[in-house]
Amino acid sequence: MELISEVLVKNGLVFAFVIVGAVMWLSYYLSHHLTSGRLHGSAVAIIVGLVLAYFGGIFTGGSKGLADIPVFSGLAVMGGAMLRDLAIVSTAFGVDLREIRKSGLVGVISLMAGIGLSFLVGAVVALMFGYTDAISMTTLGAGAATYIVGPVTGTALGASSEIIALSVAAGLLKAVLVMVGTPFIAPLIGLNNPKAAMAYGGLMGTTSGVAGGLAATDKRLVPYGAMTATFYTGLGCLLGPSVIYLVIRAVMGG
Amino acid sequence: MIIYGVAVLAACLIVGMILGDALGVVLGVQSNIGGVGFAMLLLIVLTDWMRRLGKFPPHSAEGVLFWSAMYIPIVVAMATTQNVVSAVGGGPIAILAGLGATIVCWALVPALARLGGAEPPLPPVAEESEV
Repeated sequence: MELISEVLVKNGLVFAFVIVGAVMWLSYYLSHHLTSGRLHGSAVAIIVGLVLAYFGGIFTGGSKGLADIPVFSGLAVMGGAMLRDLAIVSTAFGVDLREIRKSGLVGVISLMAGIGLSFLVGAVVALMFGYTDAISMTTLGAGAATYIVGPVTGTALGASSEIIALSVAAGLLKAVLVMVGTPFIAPLIGLNNPKAAMAYGGLMGTTSGVAGGLAATDKRLVPYGAMTATFYTGLGCLLGPSVIYLVIRAVMGG
Repeated sequence: MIIYGVAVLAACLIVGMILGDALGVVLGVQSNIGGVGFAMLLLIVLTDWMRRLGKFPPHSAEGVLFWSAMYIPIVVAMATTQNVVSAVGGGPIAILAGLGATIVCWALVPALARLGGAEPPLPPVAEESEV
């Protein structure tokens, strides 16, 4: 037993291919036989993955889902930022540049609207729960943007660790909601063409959420959504502690 | 050779990441700004140019297409490593902020997607032809 687990730990990435292959097979099987293909196999696979991550988190108390169990640590390599970004870039192969140029303005507007609205919603929620200082309001708003913008903004402004933790939790929830919810919401919001996908990436912003959500909806939309989402976190970190903080402080009269 | 395609893809990502990090430094942000986006644009332009010169044969393309086919499995692996426990256990403040921001932005997608004229949906594809 120990011998086996030692081999699995040593060959973590290779074992991750086996696990993900099994999850994919099971998910496509469930998609065909339980939903007769209505819920796409990739959507089922992502939901199964998140459920596994939940149990991994409960079991270990760690923050990396299933990957905190040593035997499954290879999943963190396979699903880590490096290979994920490589795979995202590869989906752009063969994309027509004209399509991106045509929707470029929509992408820019959606980025501004997505960042602005997320900060607004987060700040209003903070106010509802009695956080009346501009720093806490901006930090929770930053978390409602993404779980990276939250702590970056909070640290820059000197927010309390309690509000930073809340902002990370808000951002994580958004990422999970976008991953799971996109295939369900897509038909209702017309998310079925490259332009809508560029708007979607800019509005939602969370790279992991958009990458997972569009994969579960239609893989052909991935390059367009990823193109705008990739600017979101950086812009959020730029605008959050500066312009948006100043606006919120001015509104709150502090 | 397949590795040529993989090498072009990898080089695009590296150059894009350097550009994204540099832009972050210039703007004084501790974050990469648009690295993946720059890498995608680079890949589109570079492979199109190489193909027209006849320097990007189908074997090279296979090196890129392999990673494109691995995209969904990689995203599934990413899903298994998410901090779902914190996401669902954040208490009412975190839940309202995360849920609220998501729903408000979802609602805005149709309006923005129609700016300058709506686009027709992509043609449907059979699941078997997906990779």
